Amino acid sequence: MTEISIKNLCKEYNDAPVLRNVNMEISGEEFCVIVGASGCGKSTFLRILLGEIQPSSGEIRIDGRPLPPEPGPERGVVYQRYSVFPHMSVLENVMLGPGFAASPLLGRLSGKRRRAAADEAMHYLREVGLDHACSLYPASLSGGMQQRLALAQALIMKPQILLLDEPFGALDPGTRKDMQDLILRLWRENRMVVFMVTHDLEEGFMLGTRVVVFDKIPSLKDGNENSGATITYDIPLNGRRKPCD
Amino acid sequence: MRRMINWRPPPLVAVILGALPFVILLGVYLIASDIRQTENPNDKLLPPPAAFADAMARMALLPDPRSGNILLWADTAASLGRLFTGLGLATAAGFVFGLAMGLLPLAGRTFSPFVAVFSMAPPMALLPILFIVFGLGEAAKIILIFIGVAPFMMRDMALRVAELPPEQLIKAQTLGASTWQIFLRVAAPQMAPRLIDALRLSLGPAWLFLIAAEAIAATEGLGYRIFLVRRYLAMDVILPYVAWIILLAFLSDYLLRKLQQRAFPWFQKEKA
Ligand SMILES: Nc1ncnc2c1ncn2[C@@H]1O[C@H](COP(=O)(O)OP(=O)(O)OP(=O)(O)O)[C@@H](O)[C@H]1O
Ligand SMILES: [Mg+2]
Repeated sequence: MTEISIKNLCKEYNDAPVLRNVNMEISGEEFCVIVGASGCGKSTFLRILLGEIQPSSGEIRIDGRPLPPEPGPERGVVYQRYSVFPHMSVLENVMLGPGFAASPLLGRLSGKRRRAAADEAMHYLREVGLDHACSLYPASLSGGMQQRLALAQALIMKPQILLLDEPFGALDPGTRKDMQDLILRLWRENRMVVFMVTHDLEEGFMLGTRVVVFDKIPSLKDGNENSGATITYDIPLNGRRKPCD
Repeated sequence: MRRMINWRPPPLVAVILGALPFVILLGVYLIASDIRQTENPNDKLLPPPAAFADAMARMALLPDPRSGNILLWADTAASLGRLFTGLGLATAAGFVFGLAMGLLPLAGRTFSPFVAVFSMAPPMALLPILFIVFGLGEAAKIILIFIGVAPFMMRDMALRVAELPPEQLIKAQTLGASTWQIFLRVAAPQMAPRLIDALRLSLGPAWLFLIAAEAIAATEGLGYRIFLVRRYLAMDVILPYVAWIILLAFLSDYLLRKLQQRAFPWFQKEKA
């Protein structure tokens, strides 16, 4: 079970506040959907969780320990685009993480361990329905298939937290529906906390066990002036859907 | 009436159009040469085709009475040796330093200003220094090519690395990659085909520096030969030598392009 505690998180870019006093407690494998207007700081929030950027103040703890200041294998990510490596085949893309872990010097596996890793990678590719395309390059895949690949590539690391920044934002409605079913199934099977940013409220309410709304708060003192966004609604949902223990 | 920008010549017409400038150039030369030859059979400026054949048979088939070498091949071997050594060193340096500068903020901060300033130094202005320091031998010529080409390659590689989507580098970190592993498996393989592009663009400047260095101080080489026979107005040697240089440069460019297509099929797909 993963405990995440976010206290008084603030982020400013060159004195322009983006996030202000964000507080959040998560315990257990929640599917946390983040919605909010464009530019209100959703991606910034994810990038802080990822360790890509540091908060200006406040703290984040995972299972009681401070968040590592760099991205690492315990936190996976899938972006709207550029989440896979164009110079590797589908299978190589998924085997990349295990290769990094096994060989500090070459970053790739060989021999028996390679075959074992390939089997495991094929398992995840079957999970996302891409096993038939394992020898293709990403450029030959459709948008939906590329996102499936990005998911398989992240899942093989068995991340504790999976961060999704508008992962289906560039997909057509039919593909999107398939991907929603897929992500829900993967979340149930893989026991992880999911943070997913979306602009589609319906999608958010259908998928999440929790929907948090980021919104700008007008500063009390200076009237209208922007003073950053915070969580204005935090709605628990779909409790029955929590992965059974 | 269709707009001109939408009119694509059919394949056969395209081939004919492509050949046309060559044919015209050749035709103009042959006519001009013929006019001059009828006026003065000893004219050296525009020799007839037969004169080229004679001169080239002499250069490419018969050993030189003084050195015993077959000059065209000796010159070609000397020039290509210098060219490829200089280009090889520049490519290696461009790859390693360029990637380091683009990938590591520490290396970028350390080397970028130096490379940016140094790349502004006209290599030909440095040539006298090279001759003074390294003598008139091979080293000065190879280093001239290196100095002329390496800064461009380093900067080009650094820019190409910086063009990699930041998402990729973050993603690699979430897969547990170290800096070295990101270099080895993410950045370097994606830069390899772009390095070939940089190398192709460097062929022209590299030949320029090679011929210039050979013209000033050498005892063999394609550039040396051209400048040597210029004293006797030997157009019958100079023009075929120039054609030979063009052919060599064109072939290297073609082979590099083929290598890129063969070795990096994903790169073509990504660009398409
Ligand atoms: N590196 C940066 N430097 C300065 N300002 C930035 C930087 N990154 C983001 N911002 C600003 O922070 C604000 C929040 O950006 P962010 O990308 O987090 O918004 P978002 O909620 O993800 O928007 P969208 O829905 O359009 O993706 C924006 O006003 C943006 O201009
Ligand atoms: Mg965003």
